[in-house]
Amino acid sequence: MTRLIVHPYIPNSIPKTKEEMTNEIGIQSTKELYADVPQKFRLRRRLDLPKPASEHEVKRHVEAILSKNKTFKDASIFLGAGCWPHYVPAVVGTIIQRTELSTSYTPYQPEASQGMLQALFEYQSMICEITAMEVSNCSMYDWASSLGEAVRMTTRLTHRTKALVPRILHPERRATLQTYTRPIGMRIEPVKYDLETGQLDVEDLKTKISRKIAAVYIENPAYLGFIETQVEDVAEIAHDHGALFIVGVDPLSLGVLKPPGEYGADIVVGEGQPLGNPMNYGGPLLGIFACRDDMRLIRQLPGRTVGVTDTLDGKKKGFCMVLQTREQHIRREKATSNICSNESLCAVAAAVYLALLGPKGMRELGEAILSKTHYAMQLLAKTAGIRAPMFKSAHFKEFVVNFDQARETVNNIHEKLLRHRVHGGKDVSEEFPELGEAALYCVTEMHSKEDIQRLAWALKTVLGEKS
Amino acid sequence: MPGHTRCNERIIFELGCSGRRGCIVPKVEKEIQRAVGDAKTLLPEKLRRKGLPRLPELSEVEVVRHYVRLSKMNYGVDSGFYPLGSCTMKYNPKIDEALARLPSVTWTHPYQDEGMVQGILEVMHRLSKWLAEITGTYEVSLQPAAGAHGEFLGTLIMQACHRLNDELEKRTELVVPDSAHGTNPASGTMGGFNVVVVPSDEDGCVDLDALEAAVSERTAGLMLTNPNTLGIFEKNVEGIAEIIHSAGGLLYYDGANLNAILGKSRPGDMGFDIVHMNLHKTFGTPHGGGGPGAGPIGVSEELEKFLPVPRVTFDGERYHLDYDRPHSIRKIRAFYGNVGVLLKAFAYILSLGAEGLEEVAEVSVLNANYLMKKLENIRGFELPFARGRPRKHEFVISAKKLYKETGVRALDVSKRILDYGIHAPTTYFPLIIDEALMIEPTESFEKEELDRFAKVLERISNEAYSTPNVVLQAPKNTMVTRLDEVKASHPKTIALSWKMYLEKSEQQRD
Repeated sequence: MTRLIVHPYIPNSIPKTKEEMTNEIGIQSTKELYADVPQKFRLRRRLDLPKPASEHEVKRHVEAILSKNKTFKDASIFLGAGCWPHYVPAVVGTIIQRTELSTSYTPYQPEASQGMLQALFEYQSMICEITAMEVSNCSMYDWASSLGEAVRMTTRLTHRTKALVPRILHPERRATLQTYTRPIGMRIEPVKYDLETGQLDVEDLKTKISRKIAAVYIENPAYLGFIETQVEDVAEIAHDHGALFIVGVDPLSLGVLKPPGEYGADIVVGEGQPLGNPMNYGGPLLGIFACRDDMRLIRQLPGRTVGVTDTLDGKKKGFCMVLQTREQHIRREKATSNICSNESLCAVAAAVYLALLGPKGMRELGEAILSKTHYAMQLLAKTAGIRAPMFKSAHFKEFVVNFDQARETVNNIHEKLLRHRVHGGKDVSEEFPELGEAALYCVTEMHSKEDIQRLAWALKTVLGEKS
Repeated sequence: MPGHTRCNERIIFELGCSGRRGCIVPKVEKEIQRAVGDAKTLLPEKLRRKGLPRLPELSEVEVVRHYVRLSKMNYGVDSGFYPLGSCTMKYNPKIDEALARLPSVTWTHPYQDEGMVQGILEVMHRLSKWLAEITGTYEVSLQPAAGAHGEFLGTLIMQACHRLNDELEKRTELVVPDSAHGTNPASGTMGGFNVVVVPSDEDGCVDLDALEAAVSERTAGLMLTNPNTLGIFEKNVEGIAEIIHSAGGLLYYDGANLNAILGKSRPGDMGFDIVHMNLHKTFGTPHGGGGPGAGPIGVSEELEKFLPVPRVTFDGERYHLDYDRPHSIRKIRAFYGNVGVLLKAFAYILSLGAEGLEEVAEVSVLNANYLMKKLENIRGFELPFARGRPRKHEFVISAKKLYKETGVRALDVSKRILDYGIHAPTTYFPLIIDEALMIEPTESFEKEELDRFAKVLERISNEAYSTPNVVLQAPKNTMVTRLDEVKASHPKTIALSWKMYLEKSEQQRD
């Protein structure tokens, strides 16, 4: 197998350089450097992969494959459920393409990484402002893994092994939470909800809470889009029993919705993707993780976090990673988490996005989403065969549509809508059989009046087609 | 570093002016406004946010300039040599970045109808097959967001396997060599195992006798990096596999060092049952200042059933998301993986092909051995373990002698390296070497750059013996000099947000 490849990514692949280098080492050929790999384990054939390709070929090939996708640009899509379409200003893309940032490693050498460290500190600070918390780390993988880590954190703090979560919880978050907590023997118990309003059943919570509960978790807005209103009661019930109160958020709601720090949250988790990160078929996402200013909590924080300090000579302010003694590279098996690579660049995107939005932009965007969501609910409510929203509560961005009266499955309706170039909401009938034929619809600032009207028209047409 | 602006960039909260705005939010159409009325009334009074969040108020141009200035205060692979051992800081091809920005992927939603996302599913399916071929495994899951996430998944698969065999109760121990990455023992704990550490022998490899003694019917598995963190190929990998497998344990491959053996040797062939890959190390996707990465794992045929759902499948015509896997460990995250990152790795493999990947391995190893040769005789530095044996893609030198003779430590050397406009190596790892400097040049740097690094290290050695203070007080040419990391973490002064910083400053004034 002779191989003569001078690849643009590999400067020393030219024979002349190789020869100079092998001479210096004192060997005949680079093959000798693999002499200690047991014969038995040497691959005797070439890998079964494509041939090397020019950049143009790579581009053409990948573009051809991806052209088979249909996107939000090709159809009116009303999907959310943990990954949402929001406008990403051009500035965000410009900044995260700065390769001084994107091609750097975790800032282990703070003196050479002040830019990234400051950007992450600013991210943490902005997350604290919108959630009304004091402490944030510089990212987790996604909301689901943040939740898993948060619940594990509460068990370290309380030495209790049970947590209460709402029955209305994203199935992917519930499953991830199970995966994260099962190995340490934790039990996750759902709390019922009111079928009429979706609201957490506080009476059920009261019967389930005890001194054995490490954490009470709620989401606001809830997975199914409605606003939980009894948040202060839930906080009180949790705290009265020595449990920690974890709140999950969609950060874009926090320009209009009361932030969890103002109703007693000890830990806040959430999905940061809406903050300047495209959907990307569901990843990378950005796990938000914030908590109160309490050293007990801070010492148990998972993941990396950046702090302000001074230079040793006291002349200048600077930034560095803090409390690394919590982390795996120092504490090994006793670390608070195994997380190493996180989603830093997505956090930088979020910081740039929030800086562009500013306080008034946050409020205006929140109000725009509220208005459009309500407009969609109004229009859909007028359609025969549809109950929208299903829950009698306030909603943000998402709401459940029930099709029981239409006597048609969500899946059938979905197929028919597609023919009108409309993609309906996520089918939640299997997740919550008690909701009947139901789907979770999402409307953001990206949906125009025409898009929403088109949805209403398409639904009306589709449901009319049957009767 | 030289060329960096050295003025401070103020924190964003100190910039701007009340009333400025960085973007105009999409307007709500009049008809919608009329239909829904005042947006405030759409939320119950007690759940409304009263004050505005105290975000900075900047114009678009100020935001751009602020973050461009911050980027100039940072050092990446595109800035220069980045020999950070264990992290494989290789070149990140620009075409891969451009392709990952295509709206045909960025604007797809994970719950879109399968028929609308055949393109991205094809990328994922083919990538997983390629990665299985590269690692010699049966099936690959692309879901883990990072290497450590893959490790966590690996421990869950071990559990699931032992549970199915009714052995989970007794198999409570995970064996990890003392030279392992910190994520290995941490992942073991997250997976609910007790971690048992085995020592290395005089060659820096796993000590077989010690391993034999540590392994028992309680052993769930072993996590191993090969080539190991010293850059040495584990000569007894067959024996190691034999010991673990005959005890009923599973063998896990930490793919941090896979770059060295691409196309040369495959973990699956060595007997590993579970293998993770770091796409942000081996397959050229950028590290992003700490992420996003991707840590797919490959498994043997017996373990395939435990992989997380959904699996991307192909029926010969169409790609599907398959959730019907009763033995699956279910989910470790939402959705299907860091797709944006996966796409870059797909383009990377397409560009290099089989021949190119093998060349990557060979040149990364050539570069490491060349640089080692140039460094090992510099005064004050030594090459511990297995002298005379080739390294793979990285090597570790010790500054123990330098410290003894001059008072200059590995930490000081690394800080002085920054002064010469080069990123420092990994220091104080692996833990089995005192004053360790772990150097991984990767295939991405030219000989001239390696020569320059060798000269810099020689100069630093000279400085240590003649004017040690120059090294001890380094760095001087960076944005900031050495930072007070104790103060940064002290309960009295710790500040993890601007809000907290202002509060603490206030308290200290009182």
